[in-house]
Amino acid sequence: MDEKLLFEISVPGAACIDLPAADVPEAPLDQSLVSSGPPPLPEVGQLDLVRHYTRLAQMNFSVDANFYPLGSCTMKFNPPVNEWAAALPGFAGIHPMQREDDVQGALALLYHLRVLLQEISGLDEVCLQPCAGAHGEWTALKVIRAYFRDQGQPQRRIVLAPDTAHGTNPASCAMCGAAVVTVRSTPAGLTDIDDLKSRLSDEVAAIMITNPNTAGRFDRNIMEIARLVHAAGALFYLDGANMNAILGIARPADFGVDIMHFNTHKTFSTPHGCGGPGAGPIACRRELAPYLPAPQVVMRNSAARDVIAPAASADAGAGACGVRYEWDFNRPKSIGMVRSFWGQFGVLVRAYAYIRALGPDGLRRVSETAVLCANYIAQRIRHVYHLPFGPAPDKPMASDPCAHEFVTVPREILQRGVSIMDLAKALIDRGFHPPTVHFPMHDCMMIEPTESESLATLDAFVDALLELERLSREDPAALKNAPTRRAVRRLDEVAAARKPVLRWSP
Amino acid sequence: MNVPDDRRYLPTHEWHLVDGDVATIGITRHAADELTDITFVDLPEVGAEVKAGEAFGEIESVKATADLNSGVSGTVVEVNSALKDDPGLVNRDPYHDAWMIKVRISSRADVDKLLTPEQYSALLSRQ
Amino acid sequence: MDYIQITPAQQRLMLREVGAADIEDLLRQVPAEARCARPLNVPPALDEMSLREHLTALAAANRCASETACFLGFGAYDHYIPALVDRLAARGEFVTAYTPYQPEASQGALQAFFEFQTMVCQLTAMDISNASLYDGATAVAEAALMALNVAGRRRLIVSAGVHPHYRRVLRTYLADLPAEYVDLPLEGGLTAPAGAAGLIDADTAAVIVQSPNYLGIIEDVPGIVAAAHARGSLVIQAFNPVSLGLLRRPGETGVDIAAGEGQPLGIPLSFGGPYLGLFACKSQFMRRMPGRLVGQTIDAAGRRAFCLTLQTREQHIRREKATSNVCTNQGLMALRAAIYMAAMGPHGLRRVAELCHAKAAYLARRLAQRGAVLPFADLPFFNELAVRPSRPVADVLRDAADRGILAGVPLEQYDDRLDNCLLVAVTEKRSRAQIDALAETLA
Repeated sequence: MDEKLLFEISVPGAACIDLPAADVPEAPLDQSLVSSGPPPLPEVGQLDLVRHYTRLAQMNFSVDANFYPLGSCTMKFNPPVNEWAAALPGFAGIHPMQREDDVQGALALLYHLRVLLQEISGLDEVCLQPCAGAHGEWTALKVIRAYFRDQGQPQRRIVLAPDTAHGTNPASCAMCGAAVVTVRSTPAGLTDIDDLKSRLSDEVAAIMITNPNTAGRFDRNIMEIARLVHAAGALFYLDGANMNAILGIARPADFGVDIMHFNTHKTFSTPHGCGGPGAGPIACRRELAPYLPAPQVVMRNSAARDVIAPAASADAGAGACGVRYEWDFNRPKSIGMVRSFWGQFGVLVRAYAYIRALGPDGLRRVSETAVLCANYIAQRIRHVYHLPFGPAPDKPMASDPCAHEFVTVPREILQRGVSIMDLAKALIDRGFHPPTVHFPMHDCMMIEPTESESLATLDAFVDALLELERLSREDPAALKNAPTRRAVRRLDEVAAARKPVLRWSP
Repeated sequence: MNVPDDRRYLPTHEWHLVDGDVATIGITRHAADELTDITFVDLPEVGAEVKAGEAFGEIESVKATADLNSGVSGTVVEVNSALKDDPGLVNRDPYHDAWMIKVRISSRADVDKLLTPEQYSALLSRQ
Repeated sequence: MDYIQITPAQQRLMLREVGAADIEDLLRQVPAEARCARPLNVPPALDEMSLREHLTALAAANRCASETACFLGFGAYDHYIPALVDRLAARGEFVTAYTPYQPEASQGALQAFFEFQTMVCQLTAMDISNASLYDGATAVAEAALMALNVAGRRRLIVSAGVHPHYRRVLRTYLADLPAEYVDLPLEGGLTAPAGAAGLIDADTAAVIVQSPNYLGIIEDVPGIVAAAHARGSLVIQAFNPVSLGLLRRPGETGVDIAAGEGQPLGIPLSFGGPYLGLFACKSQFMRRMPGRLVGQTIDAAGRRAFCLTLQTREQHIRREKATSNVCTNQGLMALRAAIYMAAMGPHGLRRVAELCHAKAAYLARRLAQRGAVLPFADLPFFNELAVRPSRPVADVLRDAADRGILAGVPLEQYDDRLDNCLLVAVTEKRSRAQIDALAETLA
């Protein structure tokens, strides 16, 4: 069932939204400044426009409709109350250049979110400006570069990253003029300590690590890694994509992290929106704080002195007890701004609402449950879906548990001629979004259920995976044509890349 | 995997077929298979200088992008224009129709440093 | 409220299945020295009712611009957002969908982005557009990086008419790279093509200009393009998308890369974010564009379909050779902008632009009648202008606020020649009465 493009249903003269008549005289501009006609946008009436987008919506998978066991993405529930909050006129309707007196509620929210993330990370200061995880990571690398230049160590231009790192890590480094050097992983999927030692020098600025790592393993040597890195005069940067495994269980500062980023659209339930907007706040130790982007949101008491509120007093809110929230632009060592205005405020409202709903016990239960759910699925499928990291086949998952996600390389299934893509597309037919594929290694699936799902959903997913394994033995051809139940069949992505067509043309 | 025995190789999977002082360069079947469907080949202009051990262009597939490296130094004298409209030729015929550039070599010594067919085959079997 | 559906009884069942006595058994990989010794020191959990009360109180402590006479601009504008934009963009299938990496599961999002890309091309008259970047500032910065890469040169000439935040962000982006940022000062509020020409040399990758510039003035983009191209430099134009309903489009004037802020296209003010980075360029730069691209192809049954394409340019495959590291774009904001552009249509968008200009022109006349000083009175503007009130700006802002008016953005901190000046923006939402009241306050 094809949905035509807007341009194909466009009819000259169709009008959608009308405007009030001008209550001031018309004011033509000089002809040399004006375009000869309006832009050739489509003309569609309001009902057809509503139908068009409604039908497009119905072609999408979404967390609201489908289970997304996407490793490294943390596709948890997006609470409707967060959407309600972000849409409040007092939040959605405030202009970034309004005077501070007029936006004390917004500044209070940002300030207290800062403090909450500081507590969750154990680090000293948080910057809320970056727009996404990759953006936060790049910002943090710039902070690190600025710090070392200021320390008289500009030669520190190398960043170490494990071979299992997410693709944004090396790309972010390149954009900061840093060179990436890969550190090998052990067969168990952890950082190879000997290889790490051989690569540390006074030219290394930092190591970038995801922990638990991208294979779903918490590195039990993490404190040794931190000690080695610090002894070499370098910094420990944590990619916080996997925070969902350790909220309230381990604070990054306590295992040696100096600076990190969060993904609010992973850990803190802000919705993915078909690919954004997200937010990537960063947190760091006080030595690095002077270099953070400016301005910073601060709280001052009635004597205009800086106050650092304990996180537990977030209810102070605006105007309470003679406190005032302000922008502090006086940051002479700051790397500058990383986006216009102040950050993804509408996204941060949702993250704040989520953390306030959870409280300390809720945060910890989220991670405990996320870990339990991942181990549960792993346990139930591992007899036919090989786990490259984990306990021996005769021992239960608890003897060598994964964190909140795990990797399977289903060797036996692949040997029968069924590919990872075949499995992924067959899952789509069964109403599940596929897990992450081919990352962190070739021919793998990375499964992260999160804590949001019901046991029934987890069991249905397990049943589907077991059915696919059975089909791979009994009728592999059935898996080659998937998906068959969706609006489109398998796409020719090669043609799309060879002869790119990136827009409709008349 | 059998590799043609009339040419020399780089460990990064480029083959060099030398005839007099001109080397024709392309990528091996192994490389093409690893990349899977090639979508774009970015080649230099005629007259460009290439240096032994450095990239002369880039190759893109749906899966990955990789540098194209030259094992010889010299000047580009011919470029295969067929790859512009039909990058898939690299997957179909990497050793003949999908040659990429011809280089007038400035130093014979570079050629001797390239891997022999036996050495390249051994490297492949170790992977 | 933790939104967890698994009950304690089910948890016990699952623990048995994995061979754990309790949850602690599953956390054994975390070294004891790294474990939290105490619960997190954050406020106790709030039930939904209490959460809503708390958030309502925080929101109430803000003065909502969209409920006042808002004359604030500076890159973010109070335009009318049709009801259908909010309604359609709030659908769960859009809000809670993931990035469309699996095209068979995401044709709705992909088609919406393909249409968005097309409409951005139609609006800007450029050849190709991506599926969005973070905001106008980062779009300009990414355009600069692309120009440096494409040209293989190191100098950027940046007009002081480009938004101050965009310039700051650009400096941050360039700080650790072998690139040179060269300031091109404004002359009487305008970027002079001759001034640009004087600074362009053989190592100049691009000239970056904004039109209308941050002071609201329409620049001589054709003149700057001529000067730049004659010397082998590219031109990047930062633009206001609503202004393109009326003004000459970047593609019509030969601009190489157009980068802009899409907030005016149906995106709420939202205290500065999330916004929308627009990025469009000539087709020869296609394989060097940052950000996601949606392409058209066919499926196994020969039907037209859409997918992300040219992904090897992006971070997740090309790693350190990536054209940029952008991963998340601003999907939902691009969707809003697409719905807005389709809802307004060509004539609606032109009308919005005409009304914005007509109302700003009316304000300028009223101010002139009352003897106010307009530093750039003789220059063409779109919907924004600088005003020097006769009283101190702080007093004016306070009195205006008392009358329910947000009068303007003080300019002195961005240019000390604009001491005691306000930047005032007028949109189609401002009534004649509101404009009259503002004029009284300012002069």
